[in-house]
Amino acid sequence: MIQASGLARTFRSRRGTVEAVKGVDISVAEGEIVGFLGPNGAGKTTTLRMLTTLLDPTAGTATVAGCDLRSDPVGVRRRIGYVAQSGATLPEARAGEEIVDHALLYGLSREQATRRGHELFEQLDLEGLWDRQCRSMSGGQRRRLDIAMGLVHQPLLVFLDEPTTGLDPQSRANLWEHIRGLRDRLGTTVFLTTHYLDEADALSDRLMVIDHGTIVAAGTPAELKRQVSGDAVSVVLADPARIEDAVRVAKELSGSEGAVGDGDTVRLRVEDGGAALPALLRRLDADSIALSSVEVRKPSLDDVFLSLTGRSLRDEPAA
Amino acid sequence: MTFFRESYIVFSRAMRLSLRNPTWIVIGLSQPILYVVLFGPLLEKIGGQLGGDPWQVFVPGMLVQLGMFGAMFVGFGLVAEYRAGVIEAMRVTPASRTALLLGRVMRDVVVLVVQALLLVLVSIPFGFRAPVGGVLLGLLLVGLLGAAFASLSYAAALVLKSEDALAPLLNGLAIPMLLLSGIMLPMSLAPGWLQRVSDINPLKHVVEGARAIFRGDFATSASIWGLAWTVILVAVGTFVGTRIFRRESA
Repeated sequence: MIQASGLARTFRSRRGTVEAVKGVDISVAEGEIVGFLGPNGAGKTTTLRMLTTLLDPTAGTATVAGCDLRSDPVGVRRRIGYVAQSGATLPEARAGEEIVDHALLYGLSREQATRRGHELFEQLDLEGLWDRQCRSMSGGQRRRLDIAMGLVHQPLLVFLDEPTTGLDPQSRANLWEHIRGLRDRLGTTVFLTTHYLDEADALSDRLMVIDHGTIVAAGTPAELKRQVSGDAVSVVLADPARIEDAVRVAKELSGSEGAVGDGDTVRLRVEDGGAALPALLRRLDADSIALSSVEVRKPSLDDVFLSLTGRSLRDEPAA
Repeated sequence: MTFFRESYIVFSRAMRLSLRNPTWIVIGLSQPILYVVLFGPLLEKIGGQLGGDPWQVFVPGMLVQLGMFGAMFVGFGLVAEYRAGVIEAMRVTPASRTALLLGRVMRDVVVLVVQALLLVLVSIPFGFRAPVGGVLLGLLLVGLLGAAFASLSYAAALVLKSEDALAPLLNGLAIPMLLLSGIMLPMSLAPGWLQRVSDINPLKHVVEGARAIFRGDFATSASIWGLAWTVILVAVGTFVGTRIFRRESA
């Protein structure tokens, strides 16, 4: 559905040139939900704007929904839907009018546009909001209206840019259901960007991680988590003075990796945290090191991101 | 055909939104009407120095002012639309980029011509007289002038994308253009140096053309130059506007 190679974009400003995207290869199959993950400023939106014909790439080629990005941008536009981060509706306009006008611009007749709009309002829990001004809709409702507008011409492929940013947890979970439904019920291919790891984990069949304009990893969420070897174990000591002894014990444990002490906490990685724990506790006990708590954690995409880029996604300011 | 259909979709959406919140239409109209009612009568006593019937000098000037100011600030609406994501959303549809501009400009022209007609009607009880042909041609001129300024305003808005940058630019241009156009008083009253400075302002020629047209002097050089300058402004406006709307990064 998407075949891009060496797609790059350089911005020229008075202060010099900025390579926002430095040649990315992307391949997305039909019916996939692909998550495009990265911190703010990593090049997610720039890549998306290139794939949706809004921005000309400075280098590289791409075929999107069967049409060449450079030679047939109108063909691409006809076949894809794009739900931008900024929304798509004017606060003073009415929801139904916005979706009908949008559909008309895709070449639907007024009658088709109205029917299709009502269908989507029903599917996306927007019934009864047809005549409502966009400004008086909730954040979640407006977001679903944006998505409805992106789907009005029944695209084969839909791009969602940060679909749940700024929504409350309940609206997010609700929107996730709708996004899964797009693929499960309609067979639509979905390409979404997010800087929420849980969202990428929950929705995507496959993930691409972008940082500083290059793709640093790609694979299923499970594959990526496997790259970060083993489970994270942390033990908190009752007496921080014994930290060096505890780290020594942790290092001696068979299969342990990267054992470090940090204040009163020892962290290490082992293949199977649950299985390694009894032995670790026994040895600490044998050295009479008292503990106040123990935690075993399966690797999360957070850990993946940290190991790939050397920094945590959570450190980034929220958009 | 698709192009006209798309332009009409954009036009009717813009028109619907304007009519639903007509504050700006009313404000845009009230200003020239206030000039006619509260300033026009001052000119009656100095009619001789103006070189003609004061109302025939003043009303065409107000119409040009309406065409210019009414259209010049439409870019602010576009900044709001841009911020709401509407422009981006329209640009991912297969619709022609020129249609996205033209539909909006057509709305502005329709609004302006209606306002101009109202202005002419309000001036009649005060003593304004003009041949019907002159009024029709004058309204055409106002509409074209509005199209030119609206296109340029949209282009500027799309480049700057911020009200804070747009306001000083538009005001910085509007005031000198207004003062050097002879809209309020004919430039023939000005000293020589001021007349020569005003000669480089296309709007001055448009104003003089409008006055000739409202007198019914269609074949004079003043009216021909006025129309010619208006057509040139329209050509420049549409060219710049279309280019900016087509530009990928806009």
